[in-house]
Amino acid sequence: MTTFERVEAQLKEFKDLNPGELTMETTFAQLELDSLDTVDLLMACEEEFGITIEPDENLKTVGDVVERIDSLVAQKQ
Amino acid sequence: MSFTILGTGSALPAQQVTNDQLSQIMDTSHAWIHSRTGIDSRPICRQETVTQLALEAARQALENAGVVPGELDYILCPTLVGDTITPSLACLVQEGLGAGCPAVDLNAACSGFLYAMDLARGLFAAGQVRRVLIVAAEKMSRLVDWRDRSTCVLFGDGAGAAVLGPGEDLLSLLVTAQGTSSPLRIAAPSGNCPYSQGEGGESYLAMNGQEVYRFAVGAIARDIPRALELAGVTPGQVDHLLLHQANLRILEAAQKKLGIPLEKYAVNIATHGNLSAVSVPLLLDEMNRSGRLRPGEILALCAFGGGLTTGAAVLRWRGTPTDK
Repeated sequence: MTTFERVEAQLKEFKDLNPGELTMETTFAQLELDSLDTVDLLMACEEEFGITIEPDENLKTVGDVVERIDSLVAQKQ
Repeated sequence: MSFTILGTGSALPAQQVTNDQLSQIMDTSHAWIHSRTGIDSRPICRQETVTQLALEAARQALENAGVVPGELDYILCPTLVGDTITPSLACLVQEGLGAGCPAVDLNAACSGFLYAMDLARGLFAAGQVRRVLIVAAEKMSRLVDWRDRSTCVLFGDGAGAAVLGPGEDLLSLLVTAQGTSSPLRIAAPSGNCPYSQGEGGESYLAMNGQEVYRFAVGAIARDIPRALELAGVTPGQVDHLLLHQANLRILEAAQKKLGIPLEKYAVNIATHGNLSAVSVPLLLDEMNRSGRLRPGEILALCAFGGGLTTGAAVLRWRGTPTDK
């Protein structure tokens, strides 16, 4: 599974998504995620990937999160 | 020797402010507040003082315990600040009750009641006391910034009290601190010293909601299992969970992680908001008075707040016979 697919799986835990709805460009605002939903998603990703993601205003799209995760996972290795 | 809870009490200001009322004085709405916090209304002081609320809660707890003020050996008041910086709230409660024992405030923000129980445990273990009054009281409406619509809607005012006596009902208790001021901070009043070169900042609550949310969910998921393990109690044996009422979303996220059924959680945030150190003793008193606690039942308590501080405890409800 790609990082994107794993993030999508985490998001599906608390958000109904139609197949193909989610892209790298989808923003949290489009998904109607409020600030606490965003923290929930980051915390779920932390557990999924075994990393620590600091909340950051620059994380606005699914792609931002995927890239942050990839870079944190690479640093860990 | 630990302790048992002999009685509980609480007091709230008469005025209840709804989300709709708030939306008349600031740019917010019931839907916005409700969906993000689970709060519908909160008690806010009009004329009531912190001391009056604390005294009312203390009197109720003493009556419920069958203890008179002259029997008290110690008064502990978890609070951010009472009506005065000195005398302490605890001293004003001592005066109002006509008690004669030592009295002191302690500030562990929202974890204050758990910290007070930890200190009480030490007093009982040392054989120094037989009756301890803990009164948590807060007037958050005076500490929040009413120009900040993201935080002022979260908090309320009130008091909650418990009278402790010798017993073996505290099965475990752990408190933690991790000093940092970025997630949650209230500056002290700056004064008017002519030699001071510090910035005369405002004394209002400032909070990073995302940071606090993350800390809170993590604290509950970490501390409750630890407290249960220390007590030798399995999650399935817990009858009631009394968690600090900061935000319904925190409770929901923690519940998913803990895996203890939702019906075991005591929840009063909808009509109270976040009452800081008062939330846990208020829940305890509401459950006690409505007959929801049966002797021998197992209670798990957990609080988290500014400091950052956390506390978690496992208690048996009136499992040991009192020594009266």
